[in-house]
Amino acid sequence: MLVQFANWVQGELACSPALAKIVGILLAAVPLATVFALCFAFTTWLERKGLARIQNRIGPNRVGPFGLFQPIADGIKMITKEDIVPRSSDHFFHLIAPLLVLVSSMACLAFIPFGLGMTMSPIDTAVVFFFAILGMNTLAVFLAGWASRNKYSLLGGMRAVAQMVSYEIPLVLSAVTVVMMVGSLDTREIVGAQVVEGWATSENSGLRFLGQIAGWHVFTPWGFAGFIIFFIAALAETNRSPFDLPEAESEIIAGYVTEYSGFKFALFFLGEYIGAFAVLGLAITLFLGGWNGPNFQPWWSSDPHALLIPGFVWFFFKMFVLMAVLIWIRGTLPRLRVDQLMSFAWKFLLPLALVNVFVAGFLFHVAKEDRVWASVAAFVFLYLVAKGLSRMNQSDAPAPRKYHFAE
Amino acid sequence: MTMESSVVAGSEPTVEPRGFELIEREGLETNLLEVSMGPHHPSTHGVFRMDVKLDGETVTELRPVFGYLHRNHEKLAEDMGYLGSMPFTDRLDYFCSMTNNWAYALAGEKMIDLEVPERAEYVRVIMAELTRLVNHIMLVGFFVNDLGALGTPLLYALREREKILDLFEWASGARMMCNYMRFGGLRNDLPEGWLTKCREVVDAFPYFLDEYEKLLVENEIILVRTQNVGVLKPELAINAGITGPMLRASGVNYDLRKVDAYGVYDRFPFRVPMGEVGDCYDRFMVRILEMRESIKILRQAMDELPEGPIMGEAPRVFKPPAGEIYGRIEGPKGELGFYLVSDGTAKPYRYRVRPPSLVNLTVLEDLCLGHKVADAVVILGSVDIVLGEVDR
Repeated sequence: MLVQFANWVQGELACSPALAKIVGILLAAVPLATVFALCFAFTTWLERKGLARIQNRIGPNRVGPFGLFQPIADGIKMITKEDIVPRSSDHFFHLIAPLLVLVSSMACLAFIPFGLGMTMSPIDTAVVFFFAILGMNTLAVFLAGWASRNKYSLLGGMRAVAQMVSYEIPLVLSAVTVVMMVGSLDTREIVGAQVVEGWATSENSGLRFLGQIAGWHVFTPWGFAGFIIFFIAALAETNRSPFDLPEAESEIIAGYVTEYSGFKFALFFLGEYIGAFAVLGLAITLFLGGWNGPNFQPWWSSDPHALLIPGFVWFFFKMFVLMAVLIWIRGTLPRLRVDQLMSFAWKFLLPLALVNVFVAGFLFHVAKEDRVWASVAAFVFLYLVAKGLSRMNQSDAPAPRKYHFAE
Repeated sequence: MTMESSVVAGSEPTVEPRGFELIEREGLETNLLEVSMGPHHPSTHGVFRMDVKLDGETVTELRPVFGYLHRNHEKLAEDMGYLGSMPFTDRLDYFCSMTNNWAYALAGEKMIDLEVPERAEYVRVIMAELTRLVNHIMLVGFFVNDLGALGTPLLYALREREKILDLFEWASGARMMCNYMRFGGLRNDLPEGWLTKCREVVDAFPYFLDEYEKLLVENEIILVRTQNVGVLKPELAINAGITGPMLRASGVNYDLRKVDAYGVYDRFPFRVPMGEVGDCYDRFMVRILEMRESIKILRQAMDELPEGPIMGEAPRVFKPPAGEIYGRIEGPKGELGFYLVSDGTAKPYRYRVRPPSLVNLTVLEDLCLGHKVADAVVILGSVDIVLGEVDR
């Protein structure tokens, strides 16, 4: 609907190309910013409620039904709060850092196809751009840590840089497999490649139904391993538990956000969640079929491409499922230590991601009739590699101990 | 506090760190990052401060600073009657008011050779072991919280603690500041139906422990974070006067319930869990295992609880003969002792608490050196301190 509206406006403004361009950008950017700000508000509510249920509490339930308006109340609180800037901080960079986090995260969203024709910036090299802009996040976080002139902030910033730089490599390498197999850096083509073409347009509704799922990359050996690597690295990239070291509360207070209050803190918070949405959105695009999902033929249409459930509904459904997994992990796991975090990235994820790239390359060249056994073999091989790597890393593997008692 | 970045060109490192060499390259002089963790820090368990010098993230020097919660406890007690400071002992280690009461009562009773009736002794054992459950479960909860588990294990622990605090409230009128014991016995008898309720709570506790152990003990992140972190050697532990679960985690068999057999502890066959390595994991496990033993003691004490008076022949005015006495019990955190000097008047001449938290804290630097900041927090959590007791 929105897409149609946008196209209609573009058509009306065809007489003045410059104006049409500006309006077009606004038409794409404003809904994006609005929808994701709302998603963020809902996610904070979901997170607080979910964590509360995990922890045997009730969670927010005062403001609105089920506490649903809590994020709005929080927002008002954040805006009206005093903005404290430490006297010895670098005021300019202290101000810039939260903006940079938000902008870079928001910009990442531009390359995610939320539905058919719903990519804000449909370019050929979307995946590369995505990672390039995501990298700016690291810079912003370190800027915040450095500009605050607080030792905890500095520690948090240092941790953030080390962590985000090392986890970016497995993140990108796992995305490389998809790019290799699809042969395109365009996110729309990657989504399109995950539909089994013959099935998705067939007359048989069962086959149509399956055709929307069966092609997901996560069901291939390299895609499966890739998805897991991507997901773990995404946790680290977005500073989510158990990799939330840059803002580890019990160790360094709040890390790089220690000296932020009021709206600047809210911007950090927003930027972080938008960043998580963006990375999850890319995970969905690369591995989980993008906006494809089990779908039916609408009764009013005979067009074989018509869908009963719009694509973006599937996309946001998948995104919130993944977000719920993040919340679940946050409520469950303790935090890793800095050195363990690093060795996990460099000694486990990176080699596994490299092996995965080779496996993907191997499968690419396997003839079609040999695909099945090759896939099984690849699954087994990847499993063994993962097992072996974890064995190699744990030469003095920690284990539960037996205790004796004195009478 | 002066702010300085980790790299300051052209400045000399002020203090030579012990056992660590600064990385020095040509044209680059490095300085240690000095961080004052606390007194307001989310995981220093109150108003405790650690002055830490960091080389990157590694702790090269650590100075514990305490006294922010000093409340003049000892001097106050020296200025009032003996019984008058019984409620103040509640505020020492506010998780374990029952055992604090008992240690003070024990010292007073020793002064005038007061006989405690059997029922009172049994109730004291029940209360002390319930306190041990409360303390250990809270310790484990906070410990895993320090590891970064965002409150989930802590809130599970709080849920169980609540049930025991309800029992305390029913018996003594207060959830935390119980003020339940007196020289010669107890303030009041157990209310009717208390024992049934207590039995319910104690019977349900092992199921909770099973669940808790299943979630935590074999968790891989907890294993890598705690094993071989903050190793306390038995020699150092003995020399530093460490007591309680922390000492036993280092493999030294010393439990005052066995050694002194005060009260009626000699009637309960229980085992003392021992650690071997003396790291954080051992300290964590020893506490979990101790809780299981406490449940055994509790069950037996509730079964054998005799009828009878709850108060001995205590004098109206507590005026002990001149002399000095040291009464001690095995508190949940270690040896809790009260040293009283009497000059024959109704006020103690000297009143001194031997707080296990404070003594156990003295080895903190030895445990933390060479580990990461994150470990320092975990090690502090495993020591089990309550600032009310450390600072008094």
